[in-house]
Amino acid sequence: MSDSGLAGLTAHEARRLLDGGDITSVELTSAVLGRISQVEDSVRAFVTVTEDTAMEQAERADARISAGDAMPLTGVPMLLKDNMVTKGIRTTCSSRMLEHFVPPYDATVTERLYAQGAVLVGKGNLDEFAMGSSNENSAFHPTHNPWSLDRVPGGSSGGPAAAVAADECLFALGSDTGGSIRQPASLCGVVGMKPTYGLVSRFGLVAFASSLDQIGPLTKDVRDCAITLSAIAGNDPNDSTSLSLDVPDYTQALGEDLRGLRIGIPVEYFVDGLDAGVENAVREAIDVLRSLGADVEETSLPSTPYALAVYYIIAPSEASANLARYDGVKYGFSVQDADGVWDALEKTRQYGFGPEVKRRIMLGTYALSAGYYDAYYLQAQRVRTLIRREFEQAFSQYDAVVMPTSPTVAFNLGEKTADPLQMYLNDILTIPANIAGIPGISVPAGMSDGLPVGMQIMGPALSEETLLRVAYAYEQATNFRTTYGTPPL
Amino acid sequence: MAEGTRLTTDEVRHIALLARVGMTDDEVELMRDHLSDILEQFEALSGVDTGDLEPTGHSVDLLSVMREDAARPSFAREDTLANAPNREGDLVRVKAVLE
Repeated sequence: MSDSGLAGLTAHEARRLLDGGDITSVELTSAVLGRISQVEDSVRAFVTVTEDTAMEQAERADARISAGDAMPLTGVPMLLKDNMVTKGIRTTCSSRMLEHFVPPYDATVTERLYAQGAVLVGKGNLDEFAMGSSNENSAFHPTHNPWSLDRVPGGSSGGPAAAVAADECLFALGSDTGGSIRQPASLCGVVGMKPTYGLVSRFGLVAFASSLDQIGPLTKDVRDCAITLSAIAGNDPNDSTSLSLDVPDYTQALGEDLRGLRIGIPVEYFVDGLDAGVENAVREAIDVLRSLGADVEETSLPSTPYALAVYYIIAPSEASANLARYDGVKYGFSVQDADGVWDALEKTRQYGFGPEVKRRIMLGTYALSAGYYDAYYLQAQRVRTLIRREFEQAFSQYDAVVMPTSPTVAFNLGEKTADPLQMYLNDILTIPANIAGIPGISVPAGMSDGLPVGMQIMGPALSEETLLRVAYAYEQATNFRTTYGTPPL
Repeated sequence: MAEGTRLTTDEVRHIALLARVGMTDDEVELMRDHLSDILEQFEALSGVDTGDLEPTGHSVDLLSVMREDAARPSFAREDTLANAPNREGDLVRVKAVLE
């Protein structure tokens, strides 16, 4: 256990202590709330701390544990990214537009975690409407990287990733449209998984780009990732893109060797602009996979360099349609002092949205507008098909492909805010998985200059068990948490 | 693709009108620079030979999901109206649409 006390536990460690009667959920939740008040002024990972809700839920969880009715996450403190709706608890998307919005219902993931008896300690900070790679686009405040407070935690799930790293919760949920779970996981030294599109319900996730958005776990280790995914995955009649399948117990996939597994290393992911420290750490990690018995060889996904442009056409196009609903009429920020209905609409959106959200709405509106639709949107969708096909071909030869998660370690706050294109490049290695709809996981792969590096593993649709197996075997062989401990807060 | 890659301020104002996002003159200028830089990067896609590839809208096959046409409770009126910025009784007040 780390110097964070009980807050430093993983979810599965807490489960053992809770079920053994060594600790109660009330004690564990109090420890986590104590940890939050100790470090939150420095980290700023939360939009809202739900102290009263947490203590009530912890008491109910203790009753359930005493009754012998515990599930894997009963009594375990968690954080939800603040773009997943929580009934009666404000859900802001870190935007002025929804600063005071209190949802009348729970997201499906919220319901499923409540049904397990998990304890909500708060809502995590994000780049406004999940648009960004550093958390600096939050309308409220940036989140700081727990490993180095003058650096960003990544984004857009920067709050959840930082909170997990700083022991301000035992696990968290993020959402990933172009890398928003995996990139902050990499920068904060935690595990983050974007599941196959359709595996986890998006009902109650505030929509950004509906064909790309997917909810997934941010956890302290791979076992917790498997436990959390088992809790949230599965068909939901409220989401028409939700897949129908029997959800396995993902912890059954965890094993310690990789014999017989074929792993491809696509050369296009080791590009110019990749930090030497990141490349070295990931190449060393690949050697570990080889030593665990995997057959590793280089391969090629030649259309990879087009993925960034495809994403920055498709995602803003979908966003421009999804964010049309913010009109200041039924809910949200609203300018009343205006000259007629159109003026009210324009002013509401002028003052309710921040610069990056407006930029993406404008970009998407342009790409979808008359005369440009074929050249931009349709061509991007065709190249999307090309990228999917290349992955399909690669997965006829390999069980998984491995590459870095982020081209750099955590960068300084303010370093990339002036140039949107520089910021977009942070997602260059994660975006292809969203475009193809396939799963990806980031697992800590050591440090470079005292900052965490992430190794990314992608596989074909519904290969979560393979990804967890590879990540777990690597984690057990190297053990980031014991080697590097918790961030120096 | 667009003729030339830099947008004009009039084009930016036109897009802003379509998107219903109000902007100051300074914001229009900054947006013009940023959007033009980004659009330049998109030019790379026009050279990709996509032959007869079908466009991908979603990575999974979308099927119509049907359910029984049975009555079920919806949100309570009060819950639905609770977030309305300008409310009059059980109604949402909006500015005149027809002038």
